[in-house]
Amino acid sequence: MTPSMVFTQNGGTLSLREIPQHAPDRFAQALLSALSGGWRVVSYFGVPAEDGVRLYCLLSFKSHATIGVMSTLVTGKSFYSLTAEAPQLHLFEREIAEQFSLTPEGHPWPKPVRFAPALGSLPGVAPHRPPTVGIMDFYRVEGDEVHEVAVGPVHAGIIEPGHFRFQCFGEEVMHLEVSLGYQHRGVERMMQGRPGERMRKLAETMAGDTTIGHGTAYAMIVEALASTAPPARAQAVRGIALELERLANHTGDLGAISGDVGYLPTASFCGRIRGDFLNMTAGICGSRFGRDLVVPGGVAFDLSAEGARGLADRIRTARDEVTNAIDLLWDTPSVLARLEGTGVVSEQTALELGLVGPAARASGLNRDIRRDHPFGIYSMSQIPVETGKTGDVYARTMVRWLEMEKSLDFIEEQLAQLPGGAARRPVGEVGGDTLAVALTEGWRGEVCHVAITDARGDFSRYKVTDPSFHNWSGLAMALRGGQISDFPLCNKSFNLSYCGVDL
Amino acid sequence: MIKAVLARIKQGHRTMAYPEKPLPLPERFRGYPELNGSLCPADCRLCADACPVGAIGCDKGLSVDLGKCLFCAECTAACPHGAISYSGDHSLAANRREDLVIREGEERRLARALDKKMLSIFGRSLKFRSVVAGGCGACEADSNVLSTIGWDLGRFGLQFVASPRHADALWVTGPVTENMREALLLTYQAIPAPKLVIACGACAINGGPFIGSSEVHDGVDGLIPVDLYIPGCPPHPLTILDGLLRLLDRLE
Repeated sequence: MTPSMVFTQNGGTLSLREIPQHAPDRFAQALLSALSGGWRVVSYFGVPAEDGVRLYCLLSFKSHATIGVMSTLVTGKSFYSLTAEAPQLHLFEREIAEQFSLTPEGHPWPKPVRFAPALGSLPGVAPHRPPTVGIMDFYRVEGDEVHEVAVGPVHAGIIEPGHFRFQCFGEEVMHLEVSLGYQHRGVERMMQGRPGERMRKLAETMAGDTTIGHGTAYAMIVEALASTAPPARAQAVRGIALELERLANHTGDLGAISGDVGYLPTASFCGRIRGDFLNMTAGICGSRFGRDLVVPGGVAFDLSAEGARGLADRIRTARDEVTNAIDLLWDTPSVLARLEGTGVVSEQTALELGLVGPAARASGLNRDIRRDHPFGIYSMSQIPVETGKTGDVYARTMVRWLEMEKSLDFIEEQLAQLPGGAARRPVGEVGGDTLAVALTEGWRGEVCHVAITDARGDFSRYKVTDPSFHNWSGLAMALRGGQISDFPLCNKSFNLSYCGVDL
Repeated sequence: MIKAVLARIKQGHRTMAYPEKPLPLPERFRGYPELNGSLCPADCRLCADACPVGAIGCDKGLSVDLGKCLFCAECTAACPHGAISYSGDHSLAANRREDLVIREGEERRLARALDKKMLSIFGRSLKFRSVVAGGCGACEADSNVLSTIGWDLGRFGLQFVASPRHADALWVTGPVTENMREALLLTYQAIPAPKLVIACGACAINGGPFIGSSEVHDGVDGLIPVDLYIPGCPPHPLTILDGLLRLLDRLE
């Protein structure tokens, strides 16, 4: 009997021939048994094949820093849905169904994900036409005095579009359903073909506030396929940029959370300090979002000794100012009263839904790619993982702040010991008939890229999983039983990406 | 409470002196391109071939389309002759799509002020309704930042508002996905006339990194008329503010 999975690690490759292809029932059995044994799904997607659609599943086992890969071939019009047993699969299965016009047999919630045209279909079968965006069978609660609230796609601020449908009884939210797809740009379709500059730019804009997180994952994919290891100095600069990205976004989120509970001092201070962190990134590469910094083979901009000293000074000032701004939150009872007990996601729910990033850690799940599947500089320098217990808005706020303190320490440490040598190395030829996987810990959580190349080394499939893909259902659960007026606050405490899901 | 007061004193007054005084930008900031076509050998297309989005033209002299340009400077890296480079000049916005295509030796065509009648309506108060139509979050973040205390957009009479009914202008970011097309057009219709349209960022102007995708409309052109194009991927907040102040005749 073939082994159920083959193993690799973060930034690793596998020859396509090595990956076991199981019959559908054996695949289902192996996947469920892996999940019950503590494995977690990081990616699950379809690839058009000559005789059907091949499904690949990538799983993480954190204590061994191992990634397992298995596959199956779908030749009929449907595939087994395992969502009822393993809810963390639910959106992955909906996505496979939508991208390849398949039916997920037994899926309790078979609805569109992006309202997007199919990527491929079974041989001889015309792909389904996508339904009109936002038009779907929303879950409804019936009864006297039950009412429905529909919000979006266009919201009140400068916010990405998405549709939210609440089932309410008075103030109480019985159910929230999130319907996305408005931001669908066809990224995965455009990521087919020869790896190059255009694809690097697409990676940077999969979720533009996670330019370094996604950009690094793309660079790792190309480096893995070309067997090129970037120099140590480049790894350090990438790490600094990734932590700056986390600092900028966490600062912005903490300010936005303060603003949503009507506490304006911290909101105002953080709005400005967030810009200071963005400007530090611009000091390295000219772009506030880190555009064009991370390239396959290293980084396109080096830090001079003078630049490193200047950055260390700015980090010191920012630490002082942001600590001053955030400390006000913990000293203000009216703020804490609004954060505590609001939007609770239990550890069990977080585990079942497969949440990632600060949202998972706030519910007590101790998972972080920087430690569990270390990449780049994190293989050399550890960064402590912070968790909360209560799973409420307070915990998501506090975890962000604790992470910021660790990121500030990390950057100072890296700046004090920048490795010498070059910052970039030429990249070799990309290997053919290979699967490569790259995971990074963006500020929202786990970013996963998987590439499959054809015989010539072109991408035949490039699968992107933004952390928000795992986490939107966490927001829906956080609202259950809460008040609808708490929605903006809960939403800010997750601050998920629409474009990262819609792609 | 006393802590909040002390923090307020410590954090200080941070509204920037711009536009009275210039705002220093990072040394590596990439702004208005500098072209020197006399250095180009005949039939050389290295820069044009290196551009990921086809922003560079080599026929009839060297040209850069700022509406497409992502300011990644791949062209600079590809050119062994030094014919193309990016200056630190942040002023990029223009009123007409064709003004964004720049050629060596031509006069700069920066955004001009609205006509007298429109200035009398909007010159002292202009309210925007934002629609994100496939944006990646970067243009949105750097539009949002203008409302923070450092930039303090309100001091110019400019504000982002919550409803199209309260707005004078539509603020578009993103390449206009097929799935946002209808919502964008409905929002435009909901804004009372006279109204303006601002296309912020490479995506809204011409599709940005997503140009040519079957799921996007390569920007707002052809769907609604545009009054101000702000190039960049994303535009620096200073580039955005510069364009707005030019439109309102507030910059000399």
